[in-house]
Amino acid sequence: MTALLEIRNLKAEIAGKQILNGYDLTVKAGEVHAIMGPNGSGKSTLSYVLSGRPGYTITEGQALLAGADLSQMSVDERAAAGLFLAFQYPLEVPGVATMTFLRAAVNAQRKKRGEEEMSSPDLIKSVKEIAKILDMDMEMLRRPVNVGFSGGEKKRAETLQMMLLQPKLCILDETDSGLDIDALKVVSNGVNQLRSKDRGIVVITHYQRLLDYITPDVVHVQSAGRIVRTGGKELALELEETGYASYQSEAA
Amino acid sequence: MSNAPATPSRKLTDAETRLAEIFATQQSAGAPQLATLRTAAFDAFSKTGLPNRHDEAWKYTDLRALLRDVKPLAAPPEESAAQSMRDAAVLTGVAARRIVFVGGYFVPTLSDLGDLEKGLSVMSLSEALAKGDAATTALLGKVGKVDDPAFALNTAFMGEGVVIRIGAGRCVERPIQLVFVAGEQPATYFLRSLIVVEKGARATLIESFEGATTQEYHVNAATEVVLEEGATLERLKISREGGAAMHVSTFVASLAANARLSDFGLNLGGALLRNQSFVSLNGQGAHAGVRGANILKNKEHADATLFLDHAAERSESKALFKSVLEDSSQAVFQGKILVRPGAQKTDARMMARALLLSEGAQANCKPELEIFADDVQCAHGSTVGALDENLVFYLMARGIGRIEAEALLTEAFIGEAIDAVENRSVREALAALVAERLRARK
Repeated sequence: MTALLEIRNLKAEIAGKQILNGYDLTVKAGEVHAIMGPNGSGKSTLSYVLSGRPGYTITEGQALLAGADLSQMSVDERAAAGLFLAFQYPLEVPGVATMTFLRAAVNAQRKKRGEEEMSSPDLIKSVKEIAKILDMDMEMLRRPVNVGFSGGEKKRAETLQMMLLQPKLCILDETDSGLDIDALKVVSNGVNQLRSKDRGIVVITHYQRLLDYITPDVVHVQSAGRIVRTGGKELALELEETGYASYQSEAA
Repeated sequence: MSNAPATPSRKLTDAETRLAEIFATQQSAGAPQLATLRTAAFDAFSKTGLPNRHDEAWKYTDLRALLRDVKPLAAPPEESAAQSMRDAAVLTGVAARRIVFVGGYFVPTLSDLGDLEKGLSVMSLSEALAKGDAATTALLGKVGKVDDPAFALNTAFMGEGVVIRIGAGRCVERPIQLVFVAGEQPATYFLRSLIVVEKGARATLIESFEGATTQEYHVNAATEVVLEEGATLERLKISREGGAAMHVSTFVASLAANARLSDFGLNLGGALLRNQSFVSLNGQGAHAGVRGANILKNKEHADATLFLDHAAERSESKALFKSVLEDSSQAVFQGKILVRPGAQKTDARMMARALLLSEGAQANCKPELEIFADDVQCAHGSTVGALDENLVFYLMARGIGRIEAEALLTEAFIGEAIDAVENRSVREALAALVAERLRARK
């Protein structure tokens, strides 16, 4: 069976500086992977390279989503193919109503996949159901996208988008940053509802705490732009004890 | 020639010579005082000639260089050609009272002048002039003190338009839409309207300018508005002229105490668009919102030049202009706020923002403040920038294609100016026009 995400010897740079340095990672459908590592190890870079952020260039190797070469797709095509990046710092989009944005996203993806558009009543119904799970006030969704939202509200909004779009592969870039414990539980609950045998989830985080709520199947340690160790969920607990110091020296 | 300029120190351009010829031969209909008005206006024009870049008010729109020739005055359109414009400039969802002009001529069969609301009177300009309507001739050209060559030309040649009066205390809910559709052939149109909103009355006026032809034609339009004490007018001007059209328009408004003007202009097409507004806040507590939006492509050039004259205490003006520029299009914003002695507690704010969607696009902003009172609030600002690529990436990362992502962000940018439109159905129709235009890119 084809892996959901297959990264082989991926090298990537930004502004001429190599950040990913021979990255290998395989995520199968149904799995939850955690990627942990110190600041500056290229964790966010990985998420941007996979989602196609301008300025990030693949110089060597490959990243395949369900067998399709991501580097051959535009940013929106990657999303329509099932890749979802939950941003570490979700952007505020002044003047664009949240529902307008959600409708545009859902229907653009459906159109690219040759599916029928979702009707407005169906969309509103789905959004309401998800908002309830995430303990979000519908009033918030009448505002422009993320405008005036607190850090926690923005992460809930990201999770809502993810639950609405039902991607094949979710990449959560430090979703726990800026979350208080209650918000962390709510967001984790939303992510856990997305766990399914057809979907892969990659959780990027500094801290073990998030993994108390989203239990990973596999834990990786990333350092200097590549994965240096892989283990089970107990690896996260070990890192909590020992820190990243040994990995940084190993990579150096 | 009898109308030769008083001080012809320079050689006239071909266009200026042609204008003088046409003026000398034109038959002035109407009352004798009208002929006097026209002659005085043409003499005033002849003193300066066509404005050029050395005139501060025309710095970025050199009409003398741009107007290479003068197209003939329009002949009446064929009835079938007029009828084919039945659906021109229809605003979806707006149940407007349409008054339609095709090729510069009033078309009664396309116009809805039945069941006029109480207190509303509508007359075509030609009819008012032919009758020598005293109330009209007393006001034409005298609503403001406007010393401008393009406006003077309009007064000298004004052909058709409307005279609308809304009686004291009357509220005319149904928007009145003036539709000016260009004819097929190259021509010059001099359109002039006069709107009087009496004490405490209210109305909504839409002026739509459309041209489907690729031929070059010239529009010189002027609208004078009198807002008596406590009167309210919302005015919308939508220009969707042909790709080779030159459109120069003058808006003159005089606001008495507690009068309220809300003006919004949307420019969606035309080789050259010049919208100049002269708004005088003559009465205490008068309020003027003057807003505009340009969405330009190719080599289109749109110039919004604004003069806000605060002459009374506690008067307010809010100006907001937004431009979205593609290709090598250009937007000009010139805004002058004058606060006269004694106009204390004036609150005047002016902002111009431009979004450049291509390397070759250009925006020029020139605000001016002239303040002769010491207890006022005046502010102005301008920004010119590109779309935020981080936002484009964020939208695209959710599956939205680039054109749609840019359209959503651009709509949001323009939206700030449209949101101020008070009439809901008109606001929605304008937003729909913008949305459609932004998705027609590339």
